[in-house]
Amino acid sequence: MPETWDRVAADDRAADPRTAEAELLAEAGEHGTAATEALTGRLAGTAGSGASGTVAAPTRRHGAAPAAAPHGVSITGRSTRVGDRVFKGLAAGSGGLLLVVMAAIAVFLIWKALPAFSGNSGNLITTQAWRPQSSPPFFGIAAILFGTVVSALIAMLVGVPVAIGIALFIAHYARRRMATVLGGIVDLLAAVPSLVFGMWGLYFLVPNTRGFQSWLSEYWGWLPFLKNTTATSTAQYGQSLLMAGIVLAIMIVPTVSAVTREVFLQVPGETMDAAWALGATKWEMVRTAVLPFGRAGMISAAMLGLGRALGETIAVALVLNSGFVINPHLTEPGGDTFASTIALKFGEASGSPKGIPALVFAGLCLFVITLLVNSAARMIIARRREFTA
Amino acid sequence: MAKQIDVENLNVYYGDFLAVQDASVNIAPLTVTAFIGPSGCGKSTFLRTLNRMHEVIPGGRVTGKVLLDGEDLYGSDVDPVNVRRTVGMVFQKANPFPTMSIYDNVIAGYKIAGTRKSKNDFDDIVERSLRGANLWEEVKQRLNRPGAGLSGGQQQRLCIARAIAVEPQVLLMDEPCSALDPISTLAIEDLIAELKASYTIVIVTHNMQQAARVSDRTAFFNLAGVGQPGRLVEYDETSKIFSNPSQKATEDYISGRFG
Amino acid sequence: MTSLAAGSRPTRTQPSELVGARLPRWAPVAAAVAGVVLALALKAVLGWTGWLTAFFSAALLFVVVLTGWSFRVEGRRRAKDRLASTLIYSSFVAALVPLVLILGYIVVKGLPAFNADFFTHSMNGVGSRAGGGLYAAFIGTLEQVAIAAIIALPIGLFTAIYLVEYGKGGFARAVTFFVDVMTGVPSIVAGLFVYTFLLLGTGLRPFGAAGSIALAILMLPVVVRSSEEMLKLVPRELRDASYALGVPKWRTIVKVVLPTALSGLITSALLAIARVAGETAPLILLVGYAAKINNNPFHGDQATLPMFVWDQLGKRTGNASDFGEARAWGAALTLVLLVLLLNVGARLLARLARPKTR
Repeated sequence: MPETWDRVAADDRAADPRTAEAELLAEAGEHGTAATEALTGRLAGTAGSGASGTVAAPTRRHGAAPAAAPHGVSITGRSTRVGDRVFKGLAAGSGGLLLVVMAAIAVFLIWKALPAFSGNSGNLITTQAWRPQSSPPFFGIAAILFGTVVSALIAMLVGVPVAIGIALFIAHYARRRMATVLGGIVDLLAAVPSLVFGMWGLYFLVPNTRGFQSWLSEYWGWLPFLKNTTATSTAQYGQSLLMAGIVLAIMIVPTVSAVTREVFLQVPGETMDAAWALGATKWEMVRTAVLPFGRAGMISAAMLGLGRALGETIAVALVLNSGFVINPHLTEPGGDTFASTIALKFGEASGSPKGIPALVFAGLCLFVITLLVNSAARMIIARRREFTA
Repeated sequence: MAKQIDVENLNVYYGDFLAVQDASVNIAPLTVTAFIGPSGCGKSTFLRTLNRMHEVIPGGRVTGKVLLDGEDLYGSDVDPVNVRRTVGMVFQKANPFPTMSIYDNVIAGYKIAGTRKSKNDFDDIVERSLRGANLWEEVKQRLNRPGAGLSGGQQQRLCIARAIAVEPQVLLMDEPCSALDPISTLAIEDLIAELKASYTIVIVTHNMQQAARVSDRTAFFNLAGVGQPGRLVEYDETSKIFSNPSQKATEDYISGRFG
Repeated sequence: MTSLAAGSRPTRTQPSELVGARLPRWAPVAAAVAGVVLALALKAVLGWTGWLTAFFSAALLFVVVLTGWSFRVEGRRRAKDRLASTLIYSSFVAALVPLVLILGYIVVKGLPAFNADFFTHSMNGVGSRAGGGLYAAFIGTLEQVAIAAIIALPIGLFTAIYLVEYGKGGFARAVTFFVDVMTGVPSIVAGLFVYTFLLLGTGLRPFGAAGSIALAILMLPVVVRSSEEMLKLVPRELRDASYALGVPKWRTIVKVVLPTALSGLITSALLAIARVAGETAPLILLVGYAAKINNNPFHGDQATLPMFVWDQLGKRTGNASDFGEARAWGAALTLVLLVLLLNVGARLLARLARPKTR
């Protein structure tokens, strides 16, 4: 490579009065390349040799055509600037496309849901039924909204404390090596498809928790929402909103605990030392130093989990036994959510004029709800960033 | 109520690594003792064993005895939580709780333990502690502002106020001035001289002038070599250490020939 | 030996404030045994049903016994500390138990379906009889996920490049915000959107690539987020070194930044693919289901692994049989193995190529 540089420098000297600059540039280039190579090699590890090779390529080219110098001295400068412009255009265009997709989702859902607003003999919001294909059509989202919110709330109540406990365990209670392994397992579990959770819920959890549910109803039935008013034997317990909520809880735990764990790991050691040195027990240290530091992170992680629980389709569609009524007794079978309704009613919907628009309207509601929840989570995170910066 | 500390044949470990070997020190009540020595010689580690903060670090453990008025801190029935309550500590980097106000920072020790006191009692404690840390006049108008909003020197004095608010008997200071400007350093040094009337103080410092200015006795720690444990080389009256040390290594260090 | 004496040692007088009464080491074990015995006794006496009932009440009784005991002996603060530790440890167990059960259950139920025919045959003409397999579904999943990746990976990567290398000001902030919001779009909504936009009222029939578009929408934010993180790891000095050579920005990105972050980018791509490979909800609306092999993702109903499971569970048509259920578990296990393989591969790659500096 040095030969190349020499030749380029010599050529330039002959051709151009600004030789000194070209020479300097060439020299700087040589050192710079070496430095870059060293850095690239160190950082990229195995990919290092390939990367450094490619670093050298453009510099050599520019050595041969010093025109591409950053000061805009050269005649061919325009071509590289075109390259820059095209590349930046592609990058910004991709970002723009993303915004377009989000806007399109909103526009198409609203547009295609419009027919659902007319010709409905029920009330779109307050009716507890889903019969858009009957004549006249009779449907409303009341029961679905109830099922969605309640199952997601159960998932939050059960899942979030457990997820925070796991995060604390991995970040501050387990030994380091064990914590790394366990953290990896939790991350892996976040990738298990929801279909599998649903199948397990339906075929394993529901049959095996009939006794537990009847126990809840019998001994905790003084809490009205745990009372089963219809079942006369254990066998009549099963596919309840409570179980759907618990399956959802199991599903959101890996996500929520992964986010909170990251926040807990960032707690400064000095702050924890301060609590220790004042004679704190471990829990008092956690309460004084770790939890206040991680509060915003915990809230936003919980909101992300909530968003996921609200929108989960297949697991709920498998576990729940549809009913389309608002039933405050959570151990009684039955219940629907927006997502499960769309999946389960899609097959019979296409035959009738109101079927699809009704489902699109349900999708729109779900979209708006998750949008609000996620925006709130993001705003909390953003505020925290401002606070610490 | 200041107490005497007697360290007997203490070995300090990080896992299997021996960080400080066989150190013995006797520290009299109501004195200031300085630990000096080159970086990595284990003086801060040693300091952290005096209130069982060392074992907070994974793998941290000790063998030997640390006696506080004759009672072994590492005895089988001793609760480290109580030890840290009795032996307060101030750190190299000022570490007020970022989510707490100045007021709450001072009474953090009580808040953490869940001790209930009347508002008046807490007000008294806050004022007394902040006066004790020479910070009262500067912050009395803004006790409800976050502690992290103070200057570095003020934050460090806030941490001292927080440490003395729970009325410990010994105060450990781990390079309390290393991140401060000379004026703040002077303020802290003056404070140490005042606190000596009520507390047994042990201070780790990199600054030999500081050791000479504030301490009654000085302990010099050194490394035998790379990968070797730190050792206590010499421990004597500060005046003797700085004028006529008995060890060659001490003399080399304080005269600036190494370290 | 470096003992250097000063002063005399005072003798120990009254019982010390340093000592705290502690429960013996075996206390948690004893409390656990007590909890289990009590729970079993209650179960027997009161006629409770279900193993979960016993498990829960045993856990509850264990916590109560240990905390109460600690409160009596060690005092309020220690009791709280023990309660918190117990809850934190048991939350971990509480999460691991179902997850282990899930993986164990699916292996037990799914493995019997595995045989050579299962992987090499379609369901064409099999109906509810034994036999047949997921070959057609496997082809469908591979094709659809591959098309989704071809759509989402470049767009996602370019968006990440924009955010890291160019992005400042309102537009970049908007993109960042909507990437985050897009992460939260439920998969069924993505599917519904593609349905309204592509199939509803256009006369088009469901086809494989329609599902790919929905999967791409779900992949996109994941790709952007993780690629962004990877590009941010490339140190400034590297870019500066390249700019100092007079290399234009876009060539710096292509030749310096991307190669340096390559392994990380591959990792994030694999994780994004893994995330959508098991996605079922949008496919119900978009790709239909076919028992026979359809190699063309652009025309006609196409089977996929999730839809295969959905069909064999009887959810698609409304009737199921035992043979169908066995095949469903086999396909679900295949899906889990596929997803976990992608994940483990991605993480191993990330570990191997992680920059050593930090």
